[in-house]
Amino acid sequence: MTRSLHRVLGSHPFFEGLPERHLEILVGCASNRVYYGGDVILRQGDDATEFFLIRHGRVAIEIPSPGGPRTIQSLGPGEVMGWSWMAKPYRDRFDARATELSRVIALDGKCLRDKFESDHELAYELLRRFVGVIAGRLDNAHLQLQDLYGSASDGR
Amino acid sequence: MPGTNVGGAVRLDLTGLDRMLAALTDDGYEVIGPTVDQGAIVHDSVRSVSDLPVGWTDQQEAGHYRLKRRSDRAVFGYVVGPQSWKKHLFPSRLRLWKASKQDGRLEVQTDEDTTPPRYAFIGVRSCEIHAMGIQDKVFTDGSLKDNDYVQRRNGAFIVGVNCTEPGGTCFCVSMNTGPKASSGYDLSITEVLQGEDHYFVVVSGSKRGTDLLARLPSAEATPKENREASHRVEAAASKMGRVLETDGIKEMLYANYDHPQWDDIASRCLSCTNCTMVCPTCFCSTVEDVTDLAGTEAEHLRTWDSCFNLDFSYVQGGSVRSTGRSRYRQWMTHKLATWIDQFGTSGCVGCGRCIAWCPVGIDITEEADAIRNAGPQSQSAGTKRNEVTK
Amino acid sequence: MAADMGPAATLPLPYVVTRRRRELRGTYTLELEPASGEGGVSPAPGQFNMLYAFGSGEVPISVSGLASDGTALVHTIRDVGPVTKALCGLKVGETVGLRGPFGTSWPVDSIEGNDVVIVAGGLGLAPLRPAIRQVLEHRQNFGRVVLLYGTRTPEDILFRAELQRWRGRFDLDVEVTVDSADSSWSGDVGVVTRLISREQFDPLNTVALVCGPEIMIRFAAQELENKGVATEDIYVSLERNMKCAVGFCGHCQFGSFFVCKDGPVFSYDRIKRLAGISEV
Repeated sequence: MTRSLHRVLGSHPFFEGLPERHLEILVGCASNRVYYGGDVILRQGDDATEFFLIRHGRVAIEIPSPGGPRTIQSLGPGEVMGWSWMAKPYRDRFDARATELSRVIALDGKCLRDKFESDHELAYELLRRFVGVIAGRLDNAHLQLQDLYGSASDGR
Repeated sequence: MPGTNVGGAVRLDLTGLDRMLAALTDDGYEVIGPTVDQGAIVHDSVRSVSDLPVGWTDQQEAGHYRLKRRSDRAVFGYVVGPQSWKKHLFPSRLRLWKASKQDGRLEVQTDEDTTPPRYAFIGVRSCEIHAMGIQDKVFTDGSLKDNDYVQRRNGAFIVGVNCTEPGGTCFCVSMNTGPKASSGYDLSITEVLQGEDHYFVVVSGSKRGTDLLARLPSAEATPKENREASHRVEAAASKMGRVLETDGIKEMLYANYDHPQWDDIASRCLSCTNCTMVCPTCFCSTVEDVTDLAGTEAEHLRTWDSCFNLDFSYVQGGSVRSTGRSRYRQWMTHKLATWIDQFGTSGCVGCGRCIAWCPVGIDITEEADAIRNAGPQSQSAGTKRNEVTK
Repeated sequence: MAADMGPAATLPLPYVVTRRRRELRGTYTLELEPASGEGGVSPAPGQFNMLYAFGSGEVPISVSGLASDGTALVHTIRDVGPVTKALCGLKVGETVGLRGPFGTSWPVDSIEGNDVVIVAGGLGLAPLRPAIRQVLEHRQNFGRVVLLYGTRTPEDILFRAELQRWRGRFDLDVEVTVDSADSSWSGDVGVVTRLISREQFDPLNTVALVCGPEIMIRFAAQELENKGVATEDIYVSLERNMKCAVGFCGHCQFGSFFVCKDGPVFSYDRIKRLAGISEV
C-alpha cells in the first residue's frame, strides 16, 4: 500500500518536483480514503488537521446559511483541498461535503505542521505550492463575485 | 462630383456676385450662405450680397470667438463660424421611418414623398470641402450608402471661397486641406481688395459651374488679377498660427493610450460636446422613438450624438467609457488616428472650430504636441492638474 | 462606389411572432417569420438582427437559432431595459420590426478538421447555439468537440433541455459550472475559466469560440492561450452599444473597428491589444 501511495503522490501534479526525502515524509502522513455522496469531509469550526488531494469525484465547499448551505466552490480530480491547517487559528472555515463518491488522499496536516518547525525546507516546499493554489483560488473567487452574467430586469 | 478647373479664370465684380446668387435662386436652389446673426457667422438663406457678412471678420482663439468690423468691405473676410455644412447635409434631426400599429400588426414606412431640398452652398472654405469629402467616405463608401445624405450631397451646388487670411485657430496647411481648394467645387472664388478695386477671381470646377458663369457679367481674368488672387491665398498659407505635426501621428496615438497627458486634459475637459457639434466631420448619431398620444403612430428619428455623452457607450453593466478621460481620448484618437484606418484619411481638416468653441480652450494641436514630445514619464505627471486655464 | 445594400438594412420589415418560449426568469425566445409570408433572410451563426419594438426603439439581438424548416428566425432576449421588455412581452401573432442580418459570423466552415472548444458564459450561449448546431450537423468534419458553459446559478442555465441532450451524446463533451448554488446542485461550482484549465487541448489543432461578458472573454482567452491555443484560433463575440448596425452612428466603435461591421465575431489576435486597454 505504501509503495502505491508513494507512486500516486509522486505522480500528482501538486507534488511535481518534490525532493524524494520530502515525498517519503508525506507518504508517512498519507492515507487513501473513500467518501460517499453526502458524506461530510470537513466541518466549519472543527480543528483543521488534514488536507486532501482529490483523485476522483467531486467535493463541494459550502457555507451554512438559512434555507440550506450555499456552495461557493466545487473541487474535482487533481485539485487540492484545505489549507486552514497551515495558519492559525487552525480551524476549518467552511464545510466540505462529497457530492458524489469521491476518492481522496488525506494528509495529516497537524503532523506536517509539527515537522515544519524543524524541517524548514519541507515547509518551504509545501507552502510555496499552496501559495500558488490559494492565489489561483482567490483570482477565481474574485471573478465569481463579479456577478458577471447579470440577470433579467437589472434595469438601466 | 465636380472635378478640377474647367476653363480659365474670370473676374466678377460685386454685381456679378449678386447675379450669381440670384441665378442660383432662380434655378430653384435653396441658397445657403454665411450671415451675421447673434454675434456669429451663421448659415442661412441668402439672396444677395447684402445678406453676406460684408465688412465683418472673426477673431478666434482657444475658447474665444468674436465678430469684429473690418476697415474694408470684404464680403468673405472671415473664416468659419460655429456651423458647418453638415447642418444641411447631415441634419441634426431626421426622421428615418414612420410606423403604425393596429391590432398588433406593425407597418413601417419611409418618407418616400419628402425629398430634401437642392442646396447651393455659398462660401465653402477649402477645409470644408475636404470635410464634405471625408463625410462622403463615411456615408457613401461602405457597403451601404446613406440615401438621404447622397441626395443632399449630389444635388448641392458648391460655391467655394479660398481664404486670404487664416483664422486665429486654423491649421489647414498642416492637414493638407487648404487654404486653396483644388477640387470639390462647382465654382471657386478668391476675393481681391486692392485700394478701390474690389473683385472676385472665379474658376469653375464643373459643367454646371461653367454654365452658370456664362450667364454672369464677367471678363476673363487678367494675369495680374490672377496673380493678386493667388498671392493672397499663398500669403494666407504662410501665416498659419498653428501647426499639427501629422508625421506618424496614427502610430503615436496608438502607442500612447496610457499617456499621462490624457489625465491632464481630463482635468480640464467638461464633456460639454461643443467640439463634436462644431466639427465638420463628426458624424455620430443616435435615435429617438416618439409615439403619438393614441399610441398608434410612431416615428424613429435620427439625431446628432456625441462620444462625449456618458451613455454613448452604454452596454449592459455600464458605459464602456465611464471617465471623461477615456471619452476625450476616444474623440481625439478617433479624429487623428483610427479614422485613418477606417476611412483612409485623417478625420481632421484643421478648421480650428473645436479650439475656438471649447469653453476651456483645449487645443487639439497642443495636446497632440504634448503627447508626442513629453514621453510617458512618471504617472504623477499632472503639473497642470489644478490650474484653471484662461 | 459601393453597391447600395438596399432598404433591408435601413428599414425594418414586419415579422410575426410565431412562437414564444420562456427560457428563464426574464429571458424569452421568440421565433419570427416575415409577416408578408415571403422573403426572409438566412443569417449565419453569430450574426444579429435589429429588432424594433413599436414606439420603443431598436436593439441588436443575436440570432440564437434557425427553426428546423429554415425560415423562422430565433432570437433569445433578456429583459434589461424598455425595448427588450417590450420585445419579451410580445405575444404569438403580434408583429415586430426586423432589420438585418448584420455582422460577421462564427467561422464554422473554415475550422473543419480541428478540435472545437466552445466557451459560453451566461446569455453568451445564445449566439453560440447556431454554431454548435452547425458543428453537430457536420460532426464528422471535426475532431474533439467540447462545450464549457458557465452561468450564475443552476436556475440560470439556459437551454437546459438542449444542453442535456447534447450532454447525452457520445461525441460531445459538455461541462457546466455555476458561480454559486445551494446543496440541491451536485454539479460543478466555480468560475468558467477553471473548466478550461482542466481540459487538455491539442494546441496545433484547436479552435475556440468564446461568447459571454467581456471580463469572462478576456480571462477565458488568457486561459486558452496558457493552454497553447493561438490567438488567431480563438474567436470571440463582442457586444457594444448599437443604434444603426451599419457603421453610421459611431456608437459601436472599438479602436478602429465597428463592432457592427467588423464584428461582432473577431479572432482574438485582432483585438487582444485593445482588449487590454481599459475604457477603449
